[in-house]
Amino acid sequence: MEVRVLIKSQLSSLIDRIIEHVPVVGVKQKEGKYVYAKLDQGKEFCPDFDVTVQSPKEFIFPPRETLFDFTLGKDMQLNPHYSKDTLVIWGVHPYDIKAINILDAIFRDTHQDKHYLMRRENTFIVGIDPLRASEKSFWSSMEADKVDKGFDFILTDLGDEYIITIGTQKGRDMLDKHGVSNLASETQIKARDRVREKQKDLCLSNRKLNFPLKMLPYLLMKGEINKLWKEKAEKCFSCGSCNLVCPTCYCFDVQDEVDITLTRGERYRVWDGCLLENFALVATGENFRGEKYQRYRHRFYRKGLYLKKKYGQFACVGCGRCATACLPDIADPVDIFNTLFNSLKGVLIHG
Amino acid sequence: MANNSIYKPELAELVRIEQLTEYEKLFEIALANGRESLGHLPGQFVEVSVLGVGEAPISVSSSPTRGKNFELVVRKVGNVTKVLHELRTGDQVGIRGPFGTHFPLEEAEGKDLLFVAGGIGLIPLRSFIQYVLDNRHKYGRVIIFYGCKTLPEQLFLDELKKWRRREDVELVETLDNPCRQWKGNVGVITTCFPKVKIDPENTICTVVGPPVMYKFCLIEARAQGIPDDNIYLSLERRMKCGVGKCGHCQINHIYVCQDGPVFKYSDIRGLEEAI
Repeated sequence: MEVRVLIKSQLSSLIDRIIEHVPVVGVKQKEGKYVYAKLDQGKEFCPDFDVTVQSPKEFIFPPRETLFDFTLGKDMQLNPHYSKDTLVIWGVHPYDIKAINILDAIFRDTHQDKHYLMRRENTFIVGIDPLRASEKSFWSSMEADKVDKGFDFILTDLGDEYIITIGTQKGRDMLDKHGVSNLASETQIKARDRVREKQKDLCLSNRKLNFPLKMLPYLLMKGEINKLWKEKAEKCFSCGSCNLVCPTCYCFDVQDEVDITLTRGERYRVWDGCLLENFALVATGENFRGEKYQRYRHRFYRKGLYLKKKYGQFACVGCGRCATACLPDIADPVDIFNTLFNSLKGVLIHG
Repeated sequence: MANNSIYKPELAELVRIEQLTEYEKLFEIALANGRESLGHLPGQFVEVSVLGVGEAPISVSSSPTRGKNFELVVRKVGNVTKVLHELRTGDQVGIRGPFGTHFPLEEAEGKDLLFVAGGIGLIPLRSFIQYVLDNRHKYGRVIIFYGCKTLPEQLFLDELKKWRRREDVELVETLDNPCRQWKGNVGVITTCFPKVKIDPENTICTVVGPPVMYKFCLIEARAQGIPDDNIYLSLERRMKCGVGKCGHCQINHIYVCQDGPVFKYSDIRGLEEAI
C-alpha cells in the first residue's frame, strides 16, 4: 500500500479544497460529544475524538431509503432509485471501518443489494487512527484496533504530520488531485506501525474480554439456556437504542407511502431493531420472539455467533455505543460475554 | 453488481378470483412480462405486493404441473391481504420470487406419503399433493390428514371431493368442533394418526399448520415410529424481504426465507425458538 505524508497544519486546507468539489461529512464537536455532520470548513473537523454518538452507518445505509417509486392505476410503472450522490466521510476509526466492511459483505452476498452497493461505491471513506478511546470502548478485544481495508485512505497522527496510507485507486486519485504527493519515508512508515501497535492499549484496562475472542461462538453455543438472559432482560425497555447506535445493525422494514394525489407513491426501507417488541410479529398475531429475553439474547447471538457463522466475521466491533446508549445499562457486550464466561468456566474446562 | 433491484416486484395480473371461505380467497395469477411461468417448486413462496399498501409473503398453493399460471390462497388478516381481498379480476399486483426451499419431491419418490394439514396449512401442502397426484406412479401411498376447527373452514371443497373418491388417496378429515351433519372424525389433528396404519420407515411425513400444531404432531409422528429424517415442516415467520437481508425471519442463524420455509425436522431439532 502506498503511503504519503502531509504536514499537520495543511490538513484543514486539504479538506477545504475537497469540500469545493464534493460534500464532506466529518467528525464535529457537539454539546461535549462528537457527531458526524456536514463540514463547511476543514477547521471544523475534530481529529482527536474518542467515539461519535452515531456511527457513519447512516451515510451509506440511510435510516430511510426509497427503493422505488411507482405510479398507480392502469399502467403501473416502477422505477428503482439508486443514489448517484458522491460523499466523503472524513475521520472514521478502524472499528467503524471494520463495521462498514461487515455491511459490505452482507449486502454483497447472494442477492446483491444494488441500493446499498451503489451508494457505497460513491462514498469515500477517509479513516483516521484513534488517539484515544471512549470509556466503553473495547475494540481491542474485538480485534478492531486497526484495519487494512475498507478505507480509501487513512490518516495516522505522528505529532507534526499525518501519515496517509492509501487503500484504493479512488483514494490515490483524490490525493493526486489535491496535491498531496509527498511519499512517506521508511522511518515514517515504521513510526506509523509503532503508533498502530500501541492503539490496542488505548481501551481501558477493564474493557476487555477475559477469554480469547475465537472462543466466543463456542461460549454462546454452550450458554443458550442461561439464567443471565432472563435476569438481564427483565430490565430491558425494548426501546431498540442498542440497535439504533450499532454500526453493524442493519435490519430493516419495508413500507409503502402514497402521495396526496393517490396516483403515485414510493416503497422505502426504514431501520428496524430486533429488540423492538413487534419485530418478529406476523399478521396472524403470532409473535415468534414475544418475550424480552428472547429478543435480548437474539441480538448477542447475532453479533457473536449467527452472523459469524454466515459471513465469517463477528458483527460486533467493540465501539461500546450500545453500552453507552442503554438506559438500564444491560447492553454492554463486555459485561455479558464475561459474565457468561465466568458462569460457564467449569463447563468449558471439563468439556 | 446486480443489474436490478432485488426489491422491485414484477407486475402480474389477477385472472381469476374465487371466494373459498369467509376469510380465504383464491387468486389465479398470470405474470405480465412475458415470463413463461413462475418456475416454482411446491413449498416455495412469493412476495405479493399491493402497491401503495405493502408486501406480504404468501405460499404458492398450486403445483407447477398445473399450467403456466399459479394460484395463491390468501387469508384476510393483515394490511396487505385485506386490500388484496378487495381487488378484482384484471387488477395488477406485484410479485417477487419464488423464494425458499421446497418439499422433498425427489426424496419422497418410491415412498409412502403422509400429509398432515392443519387449517390453512393445506394451502402450501396442496401444491405438493397436486404434484404427487400428477406424478402418481412415482410415489407409494398417499395419506392426507386434514383438520379444521369447523366445517365452514374447509378449503378446496371440489378437490376434497375428488380425493375422497380416489382409491389411491387415503383422506382422513377431522373437525375440532363438528356440526350436526359431520360424519367424519372429531378431535384435533393428532387424533387422525391412530386411524391409519403406516409403514413408518418407508413414510415421508410433511406437516404444515399453525405454529401450535407442530409440537403435538411431532410427538405423534415420532410415536408412530417415523424417523426424524423423514419428517418435513414448513415454518411461518415474518419474511419481509425474502432475500436474507432484513432479519425478520431469523430463527437463530437460520433465515426462514432462504434456508426454509421447508425444513427437514432432523435439521432443526433442538433449535431454540424454532418449534
